[in-house]
Amino acid sequence: MIEVETLTKTYRVHKRAPGVAAALRSVLRRHYDEVKAVDGLSFRIEGGERVGFLGPNGAGKTTTLKVLAGLLHPTSGAARVGGFVPHTRDPRFLKMITLVMGQKQQLLWDLPPSETYAMNRAIYDVPRAEADATVASLVELLEIGDLVNKPTRQLSLGERMKCELVAALLHKPRVLFLDEPTIGLDVAMQAKMREFVRGYNERTGATVLLTSHYMDDVVALCPRVVVIDHGRLIYDGDLKELVRRVRPDKRVTIRLAQPAAPEALERLGTIVSADGVQVILSVPGARLAGVVRDALAALPVVDLTVEDPPLEEVMQELFRGVPKQPRADARVPA
Amino acid sequence: MNAAATSPAAAPAPPPAAERLRHAARAFPTLFRVGLAEIVAYRAEFVVWILTTNMPLVMLAIWHAVAAEGPVGRFDQREFTAYYLGVLAVRLLTSTWVVWQMSMEIRDGTLSSRLLRPVHPVFAYAAQHLAGVPMRAIVVSPILAIMIAAAGDRLALHDPALMGIFAASLMGAWLLIFFTMVLVGALAFFVESAVAVFELWLAVHAVFSGYLIPLEALPSWIGRTAAVLPLRFMLGFPVEVLIGLMAPAAALRQLAVQWGYVLVLFACAMLVWRAGVRRFAAFGG
Repeated sequence: MIEVETLTKTYRVHKRAPGVAAALRSVLRRHYDEVKAVDGLSFRIEGGERVGFLGPNGAGKTTTLKVLAGLLHPTSGAARVGGFVPHTRDPRFLKMITLVMGQKQQLLWDLPPSETYAMNRAIYDVPRAEADATVASLVELLEIGDLVNKPTRQLSLGERMKCELVAALLHKPRVLFLDEPTIGLDVAMQAKMREFVRGYNERTGATVLLTSHYMDDVVALCPRVVVIDHGRLIYDGDLKELVRRVRPDKRVTIRLAQPAAPEALERLGTIVSADGVQVILSVPGARLAGVVRDALAALPVVDLTVEDPPLEEVMQELFRGVPKQPRADARVPA
Repeated sequence: MNAAATSPAAAPAPPPAAERLRHAARAFPTLFRVGLAEIVAYRAEFVVWILTTNMPLVMLAIWHAVAAEGPVGRFDQREFTAYYLGVLAVRLLTSTWVVWQMSMEIRDGTLSSRLLRPVHPVFAYAAQHLAGVPMRAIVVSPILAIMIAAAGDRLALHDPALMGIFAASLMGAWLLIFFTMVLVGALAFFVESAVAVFELWLAVHAVFSGYLIPLEALPSWIGRTAAVLPLRFMLGFPVEVLIGLMAPAAALRQLAVQWGYVLVLFACAMLVWRAGVRRFAAFGG
């Protein structure tokens, strides 16, 4: 469904030093830098896949999504989505895709979302009965019945995002490009969005390519990840395999009936955190079975869980950063 | 790792132009209706915008005083009244603000949402801005009533041929202004100050379109220059037809020239647009 082959995108960016003198000089002579946002990127995504597109800030994720959505012309290389060359913006291609950007919206600001839906119905040439049924079903799934007739400017961010999703999916796209779709939303709303996207993918077989800085989004939605840095591919494959490869250790969380001596815990593994009766240990994968057995035998264990390290830490390590503080959430289930 | 293993196949042929046009035509009524709803939502801003178009009334006061001493060429006091009220009416009916809108949307990246839709953004802009015409017509109605009361005998209302030519020239003027604005607005793909270019254009337009002074009241070299420029066809020409300054045969010939300019400006606007979209960086959007 999505094919990217040695894709490169370079921006020409005007640069000048601060200050009045530099501003005056720039009137006469402008200095431009070439910034390579995407550098020879290749990957392929089959129809119906849910793929996380990961990388640090400035890695080229959004640029790639914009090329795939037809907003940007590639500098070199090729991209195909559903057989179409995106930047030609063939109407049949545009009817097949949607791009949801968490920080931007297509809803008409001073009109109710229902007006945007009416406009999209006409623009995407969806028969009225079909569009009405789609909107009704999405409105029910997202529980926004009362909101669609209120002016967009009076809606909260979360409400707007839900209404935005209805506008983005009204034409039943077969490819969803989601760029930070949960940014700024509270935890409950993020979970709801994830559940909705997963449901849409399962119901319709749509392909999903997702970028997010919330690793919970990726863990919950994407069995496969494509990781890029400086516009280059550094990993493409199974998310669990990535975690195993980068961080082969496991996180063992133990809840105790009473606090244990630090020495007893250190014998089992590296202490990540010890908060009274709650202890988190980092244990090499090869020693896991023995550590679990020893912990159950030697400590007053109430509860014990084994998980992969948080994806944030995996990503930081992948980009050769040192984790500042280990987190106990956003885990890939073992 | 899953790398792209095969060369992508050739893309499907583009859909026929007729199919694209049919699709756009089907979408037009809804785009127009939503555009009207937006104008109603921004009604205060819309009215203020219209009220800023008061220069023809200032010029009317000046030339009315000048003509009290005697006619200026063919223009006596009533002719000036008809002319400047005609200028006000045509100007109000044919103005759009698409250059500001395009410039802003290109710079802040919000053009992206238009580019993602399967209707050409220029067509969507046109539908949205045409939606302003009915509201403008409501404002223009009393001006026309005053015009008829003040100088009804000078107007071409009695000549169906001239009124037909006037209607077509009004449409041509709207399209000329719209495509000029698209052309200048699309410069925002290349430069940071497309609106400044437009301000410059406005200054030239004020002189050569007949906005400030009827072209035949200006020195002859300006009249000769204006005859070969499209600016007169954006304003002066429809007004001259409306107030009966042109015979039907001459008006028809001029109408053909006007629509020729419409085609030329359409082609130029689309060329700049297409070149600009290739450079669009979609920053912020």
